[in-house]
Amino acid sequence: MDDHHYIDEDEVLFRPIYQTSKSFYVLAAALIAVFLFGAAMYVRQFIFGLGETGMNEPVTWGFYIISFVFFIGISHAGTLISAILRLSKAEWRRPITRMAEVITGIVLMIGGLHPIIDLGRPDRILHIFERGRLQSPLLWDMTSITAYFTASTIYLYLPLIPDIALLRDRGGKFHKLYEILSWGYQGTERQKHVLEKAINILMVMVIPIAISVHTVISWIFSMTLQPGWHSTIFGPYFVVGAIFSGIAALIIVMIVFRKVFHFEDYLKKIHFNYLGTLLLVMSLLWFYFTFAEYLTTFYGHEPSEMRVFLYKFVGGYAPFFWLMVFCNFIVPVVFLSNKKLKTIPGILIASIAVVIGMWLERLIIVVPSLANPRLPFITGIYVPSLTEISLLAAATAAFILGFMGFSKLFPLISIWEIKEGREESVRMVSERLNEYLPSKGHIRKEIV
Amino acid sequence: MPRYGMVIDLDKCNQCGACVTACKLENNVQIVSKENAEMGRAMFWMKMLDTSYEGNYPDVRAVNIPALCMQCDEPSCIKVCPVRATFKRDDGIVAQIYPQCIGCRYCMANCPYTAKVFNWFKDEQPVENEKCHNIDVSVRPKGVVEKCTFCIHRLQIAKEKAKAEKRELQEDDYVPACVEVCASKAIYFGDLDDPHSKVSKAMHDYRKFTLQEELGTKPKVYYLSAKSE
Repeated sequence: MDDHHYIDEDEVLFRPIYQTSKSFYVLAAALIAVFLFGAAMYVRQFIFGLGETGMNEPVTWGFYIISFVFFIGISHAGTLISAILRLSKAEWRRPITRMAEVITGIVLMIGGLHPIIDLGRPDRILHIFERGRLQSPLLWDMTSITAYFTASTIYLYLPLIPDIALLRDRGGKFHKLYEILSWGYQGTERQKHVLEKAINILMVMVIPIAISVHTVISWIFSMTLQPGWHSTIFGPYFVVGAIFSGIAALIIVMIVFRKVFHFEDYLKKIHFNYLGTLLLVMSLLWFYFTFAEYLTTFYGHEPSEMRVFLYKFVGGYAPFFWLMVFCNFIVPVVFLSNKKLKTIPGILIASIAVVIGMWLERLIIVVPSLANPRLPFITGIYVPSLTEISLLAAATAAFILGFMGFSKLFPLISIWEIKEGREESVRMVSERLNEYLPSKGHIRKEIV
Repeated sequence: MPRYGMVIDLDKCNQCGACVTACKLENNVQIVSKENAEMGRAMFWMKMLDTSYEGNYPDVRAVNIPALCMQCDEPSCIKVCPVRATFKRDDGIVAQIYPQCIGCRYCMANCPYTAKVFNWFKDEQPVENEKCHNIDVSVRPKGVVEKCTFCIHRLQIAKEKAKAEKRELQEDDYVPACVEVCASKAIYFGDLDDPHSKVSKAMHDYRKFTLQEELGTKPKVYYLSAKSE
């Protein structure tokens, strides 16, 4: 009976699974259309060759690699943030972690596909397993992304088990699926203990894997001799950028679902406030890294480096560069450091700006270096073709579709963790607080 | 084992571009459409680089230097290849394995000389052009990276011929197409380690330089020029 009462309490979290509005189908149909168009364009590229893109010599990497770095970056939202918040026992994490983990899962699938889309011979992809050279950064990359995908999917799945058990107990839709996926979870003490232990192990494991993933992606660039890429700062720079864009994407997803599924009672102002502060910190950190990177280049004044530098600052890519600075630094700092502007719409604006800005940053990193190679007599220009633009649209559509699909199968907010929080966190937190507060008696003695 | 290399005497070179044409025909390098060429997809294994301009307007003259794959002793392209589709042979030639290439273009991104080209489309030439195809060189499929191989097929043929005639490989048995056609005899080719070869004699010249020496890729294509670069 007690259980039944609890379900009623959080009924709003179950509602998206059982009730589907008309606009959901309309949106889904539109997104599927976008996705299918992208898929058709890819088939065309597969048949006729990579010439369908706007890539050329020397700009041999374009939108696909940009999207790859960008989407993998977004994936850091998830698992890393949820793991860090869990690890630091931040109580406000409870309604956030699930969405963060879902972002990771979906986006890793999308991002991980992009290097394959980018291949001239996708039919030979198995050569990587057959004759792979571990000396190549591409192999490091594949290894770490696969590891990250595995770890983060399990990390998404484990905290989902108690919720799946709840859905199973309700019966009805997808009963069989939930029965299989819940692994006979009944919520006994032992099961709870094992689950918690597993989550704890994973959350510690996931953090270094997540950091390694984006470091290795940056190494794809920084291991080359290209001016503008060959930089030791790239590892941490990429990780910071990834977490930055990840938090922004997470905030957007949270605000959208809060509005659509009426989660106002779960995602309160304070959650956005905290995440907004985190975003502000990351924005400042991003600026610090960007500043350090470009100041070193400018001060060293090497001719080949300077060509790339000037191309970004005053040359062909200046509009994108300054728009990036505006989106990644000025907008977030203005909106997030001002109490009057740090409302939910304000935080949403800052987050959207950051996502756009981080995409531009990937563009700024990939294209100008290739367009100004070391041998100064060849320069390139890059204009993306319809194929590349429609595949970017298809990737975005796939991201939204993935979330929509997930929301119809599983709760977007971890119900059991909310319940646990309601029942235990006040006691747990006050116990913890008492542990590290100095005792009163002790103080009095000192004073006397 | 020889170590093949090349010396290009820029003071002798009259920039006629015969080497570019010869290379293109010899190696069946794809001729792309006009639109693609304008996009920057023209394919050359050997190309003329516009380095600078001489004289004052209107008597201006472009200074071009022929450039090809530098056949580095420390090639940066082979380091990053995920599938060993490019490798350095014992005789120093950096070779490509076309059926192994997955087309990731990482080697192109890491070549400081921008010497590699990619097959953006399937090679479709008019029927008449097929008569010009060199049957000794395979036509590359779409989606793979290619570059100058020092006309490696000529080495193969020369070796077979020498074997059939039961003699050692002579210096003049094997030269790439660009060397053969050079009217001003500005390009020397041969074994760099052989002190008696023409190329190693030409190499020991105060005018010698290589492109981007500072990167430590150790190119085996040397240039000679009295004008400082």
